[in-house]
Amino acid sequence: FKTAEAAALRERLRCVKHVVLVLSGKGGVGKSTFSAILAHGLAADESKQVALLDIDICGPSIPKMMGLEGEQVHQSGSGWSPVYVEENLGVMSVGFLLGSPDDAVIWRGPKKNGLIKQFLRDVDWGEIDYLIIDTPPGTSDEHLSIVQYLGASHVDGAVIITTPQELSLQDVRKEINFCHKVKLPIIGVVENMSGFICPKCKNESQIFPPTTGGAEKMCQNLNVSLLGKVPLDPQIGKSCDKGQSFLSEAPESPATSSYRNIIQRIQEYCDQHTQEEKII
Amino acid sequence: SAEVIGASNLSGVRHVVLVLSGKGGVGKSTVAAQLALSLRHAGKKVGILDVDLCGPSIPRMFKAQDSDVHQCDSGWVPVFVDQEKSISLMSIGFLLEKPDDAVVWRGPKKNALIKQFVADVAWGELDFLIVDTPPGTSDEHISTVEALRPYRPLGAILVTTPQAVAVGDVRREVTFCKKTGLRVLGIVENMSGFVCPHCSECTNIFSKGGGEELAKYAGVPFLGSVPLDPQLSQSLEEGRDFIREFPKSSAFPALAHIAQQVLDGASQRSS
Repeated sequence: FKTAEAAALRERLRCVKHVVLVLSGKGGVGKSTFSAILAHGLAADESKQVALLDIDICGPSIPKMMGLEGEQVHQSGSGWSPVYVEENLGVMSVGFLLGSPDDAVIWRGPKKNGLIKQFLRDVDWGEIDYLIIDTPPGTSDEHLSIVQYLGASHVDGAVIITTPQELSLQDVRKEINFCHKVKLPIIGVVENMSGFICPKCKNESQIFPPTTGGAEKMCQNLNVSLLGKVPLDPQIGKSCDKGQSFLSEAPESPATSSYRNIIQRIQEYCDQHTQEEKII
Repeated sequence: SAEVIGASNLSGVRHVVLVLSGKGGVGKSTVAAQLALSLRHAGKKVGILDVDLCGPSIPRMFKAQDSDVHQCDSGWVPVFVDQEKSISLMSIGFLLEKPDDAVVWRGPKKNALIKQFVADVAWGELDFLIVDTPPGTSDEHISTVEALRPYRPLGAILVTTPQAVAVGDVRREVTFCKKTGLRVLGIVENMSGFVCPHCSECTNIFSKGGGEELAKYAGVPFLGSVPLDPQLSQSLEEGRDFIREFPKSSAFPALAHIAQQVLDGASQRSS
């Protein structure tokens, strides 16, 4: 990774106060959903500038979830302009570079890495308080590259998403080990799809059963924080499909209060991170 | 390169079926596993090749997560899940010393292992080889399709969940199949509705109908909707044979129907 390139990247990132990576070893557990909700949650404070970067190149869900499908990226003298959902919430995704929703990005690793580098180097975010980076599932090119390009020391930490069942946890443990290996701090784990309450009879069903103790047990065993558990709510999927903020659409949902608590804990973690740096 | 197809490890395999999705977590491995179990119950010999190197789910789904892999003259011996040797598996899961170790490989190394997996597993005689893949349209998929091309796969089953965000990724997978010349056997809409076991109220937790619409839009067969079924989730966790043990469970009819369509497709091709 050439020094000139590294320098250009660091320059861009100097205007970014906090970087939060959203990871999971497992697909389909709700990384993008969580990233979108986190972005909206943080941007609710109009004094904060929030940026959401989607580096899932094969399956970019963020444009649809943010109601930005069909938007295009514009170039200016200072670089690529993110697409703004709100004045203080900007988004970038490969989804904006594709001509049609049927277009597939069939790229091998090196080409994907090149685009990620461009995203970090060429997007003109301006001064931002929070850069949230949504990732694809796994521990591969995209993950290695983002850690390499950002430098683990410039990331406040990773939020790791899982669902309760062992089939997810077994992949998430690998992700936690990946974070340790590359010295990426872990803010904590979110257990998504944690139970479903029938809207009619109010009985709870464990659709994804925590046969080995769920995220709670895993976090205890691996000494990482459990940030919270979020129940299944059909309104979440609906809001994502419509590109609306779930927190605004369903303020009374138990899932909303779970998300809000988790977001607050992430904010507190980031604030503490800044404090520690100042002390040093 | 000129390969001696006749003498290869795949020459005893009658039909190759891939299970794909642009989207993660929609149930590829679940569908692959249930398809294998259904085909076994129809008297077929089945192998599953799990090319998900970062998140290999197949071993646990057959209670084989602690199995080791051995070598023979022709290559790797697949792991048999039963005494009758009716289902055999290969997965990176069997090659990891510590199951919690992340496989943090870039594309080229993944591609090399996938080529080995396709060429060097001594499957013997199989009616069906099911290939389970990770989500996406990248190294693993390109390499797998290229390596399998000489063996003329029957086609690919694409799995989605009903909501637009998932369908949005899976339509790209349809494009991938078109571009790589892989026939789409059909689309499965998984996690399609949940019937409360207490009061029988149906809730469309992940919406409904998106998979069926995509099939219509893309001009490919719709293989069916599989509902959310906690008994299925439990079976997968415990590596149980859902098809044999829970024929009255809500997901069973749809899963059995998918298998039947695969069988029909295969016999059509054979004739």
